Amino acid sequence: MTEKLHEFVEKLKAENASWVTDVNEAHGEVTVTVPRESIVDVCWVLKTKHGFDMLADLCGGDRGPEEEPRFEINYHVFSTKHYNRLRLKVLLSEDDPKVTTVTTVWKTANWHERETYDLFGVIFDGHPDLRRILLPSDFDGHALRKDYPLRGYEPYSMN
Amino acid sequence: MGLENTLFESLPDVVTVKLDAVVNWARKSSLWPATFGLACCAIEMMNTVSARNDLSRFGAETFRASPRQADVMIVSGRVSRKMAPVLRRIYDQMPEPKWVISMGACATSGGVFDNYAIVQGVDKVVPVDVYVPGCPPRPEMLVHAITMLQEKIMKESVKDRRDTFEPESRLSIVPGTLPVTEGTALERETEVEVAQNEVSRPYTIPSRHERRRSS
Amino acid sequence: MSTVVENIPGQYEVLDHPLDSEMTLSMGPQHPSTHGVLRLDLRMDGELVIKTIPDIGYLHTGMEKLFEYKKYQQGIVITDRMDYLNPLGNNLAYVMAAEKLLDLEIPERAQVIRVLMCELQRIASHMVWLGTHALDIGAMSVFFYCFRQREKIMNLIESASGGRMTPSYFRIGGLMMDLPAGFERRCNQFLADFPEAMNTFETLVTGNTIWQSRTQGIGVISAEEAIDWGLTGPSLRGSGVNLDLRKANPYCGYETYDFDIPVEPDGDVWARFRVRMRECYESYKIVRQALDRLKPGPIKADAPKVVLPDRDDMRKHMDSLIHHFLIVAEGFNVPAGEVYMPIEASKGELGVYMKSNGGPKPDRVHFRGPSFVNLSALPVMCEGEMIADVVAIIGSLDIVLGEIDR
Repeated sequence: MTEKLHEFVEKLKAENASWVTDVNEAHGEVTVTVPRESIVDVCWVLKTKHGFDMLADLCGGDRGPEEEPRFEINYHVFSTKHYNRLRLKVLLSEDDPKVTTVTTVWKTANWHERETYDLFGVIFDGHPDLRRILLPSDFDGHALRKDYPLRGYEPYSMN
Repeated sequence: MGLENTLFESLPDVVTVKLDAVVNWARKSSLWPATFGLACCAIEMMNTVSARNDLSRFGAETFRASPRQADVMIVSGRVSRKMAPVLRRIYDQMPEPKWVISMGACATSGGVFDNYAIVQGVDKVVPVDVYVPGCPPRPEMLVHAITMLQEKIMKESVKDRRDTFEPESRLSIVPGTLPVTEGTALERETEVEVAQNEVSRPYTIPSRHERRRSS
Repeated sequence: MSTVVENIPGQYEVLDHPLDSEMTLSMGPQHPSTHGVLRLDLRMDGELVIKTIPDIGYLHTGMEKLFEYKKYQQGIVITDRMDYLNPLGNNLAYVMAAEKLLDLEIPERAQVIRVLMCELQRIASHMVWLGTHALDIGAMSVFFYCFRQREKIMNLIESASGGRMTPSYFRIGGLMMDLPAGFERRCNQFLADFPEAMNTFETLVTGNTIWQSRTQGIGVISAEEAIDWGLTGPSLRGSGVNLDLRKANPYCGYETYDFDIPVEPDGDVWARFRVRMRECYESYKIVRQALDRLKPGPIKADAPKVVLPDRDDMRKHMDSLIHHFLIVAEGFNVPAGEVYMPIEASKGELGVYMKSNGGPKPDRVHFRGPSFVNLSALPVMCEGEMIADVVAIIGSLDIVLGEIDR
């Protein structure tokens, strides 16, 4: 099953070799690491030419404050026509956690990117409405980072 | 048919009764809850209302959406930090007499979720009368909580229940008196504050429904 | 008509034509019809909704952070509370993601029981959906009928796992315990009564002209828009797209069962309603097939370092005791890697992204909740509808705030 997915990776490489920096295969899934400048182009090509019309999930990850690059964004794309799944990964460093938004490609990325911004602090350039979605709007900090304590900084008090 | 034939013949036309007894009987028999279902416990609350465990036989006939028309607020589910001010506002909008049942482990003490997002116990926000443990509590447990609340109401006095103004009612809850984190500055500060102002800031709204009349 | 009023305090403004101006209404977090703590900011022109802005986060529990601090087995309990109407589905997604990372092979009896319980749970979830959707639109007695059926299913699940709404029945490598004696008999009893119950619902709801006029043509979303917005599950199948993950990316042996995928072309509230009603019949078929397939066998995978041993074994053999102790006290190490495991929950595609760095606790667990994505398409569906129809549309999307806010 992963041969089909590798074909898609080969086609991506044929379009532009700089788009694919790393390919990883495990557990029947293929992960393609993409540099952050070309993520929107890669997504357009996958959507228009190869039929990946649905963005199933967009989630962020924090590798830890000592790792470099610190943040990673995973794009799980899915095709409703040939039922294949592919994962794209973008690595971001801590001092410049910015990536272009893919809301122009799939509208569903809107809320997913807001959630990633809310919980990790990754900024999506060009997003129409980047504000907090799950945490209260006056919340200090980004909760899912590894250096944010589990219990927060102070217990809830009404006063 | 029954009582008229046997009992009421021997009773006089005018009967003297304690005011507390009648008023409390009326209040406990028609406790109308406000819908405050937040999470999974709300579904168990819906199960309690539905046909198998019928809550309306205990007087909770309708669940009123508007807090102005409700008597008891059943906080069912986890209260997150964003929701806590809303909870307090709805509680303040309820007219006296009002009671609060904290249903489930999350409302009682934060439950499984001891983290940044959940208020560790709804009694940090509103004063609670009955706590129901469980995750989620069985419908029978919620029915038992309502009957416990009814027993508690019978012990109250009419003189205890006056409408308080909002700032006074907010002051009567001391946040953070249960140890939640290990020795933060806020906790130490709160303990010092409580030790200094012991008279004016009791833990829950006092004696309005806790004091037992000796008569 | 001009209003003649005097002595109006300064902060009020008299509008001679109130319908010319836009009104913002906050359909607040405490509301009987929002299916949980959801806040909708509605910009309205009289009764007509111009723009809807959902505001979520009132039930944010920080579950994804909590997973990173709990061992894999302990995390199963947290997943119950996510989509609390379909807890076995959440359990299944989490457990299967961990099994994928561990490359475990699950015995057949466990697979069959997993399918059986998940389909029963799907029927239970649809019962709550139907009850609350009907209650919002005004048919109150349907609520009681639906919850009566749900009680029967919850009794079955409780007899197997001990919990009505938070079962945590699945474990990494199989099930918690085998089905109790008499389960099949009681399940057959439930299945015998179920078609009649569905007939009652069809009579009460589907044939009702008031229901039809309140749901047909409301909240339309086209197929391309739906795919672009990431809708999945019955909400997508109501727009004409034939996509069901049980057939597209099968898991747990679903490819060996014989069932159809209901699809309706219109894309309105009525279509989504019909899809879910027909899904109940299909789940009924799958449960019957699963019951016929039950054969005695092991229910846990053969992996002593991951799966807890039987209690008898543990009491008699030293190595089982040591394994039991290590699994409970220290947890098992899951090899490093990342997986994305999507399943077809009752609301849509529930995907678990699990990343492990070789330790006993996961590094990152992310749940792609179907209700989260379905709700993001609400503004598109509510444009130009009356406010009473917004309630019908929210009901047809079948959202659960626990899954949205996690």
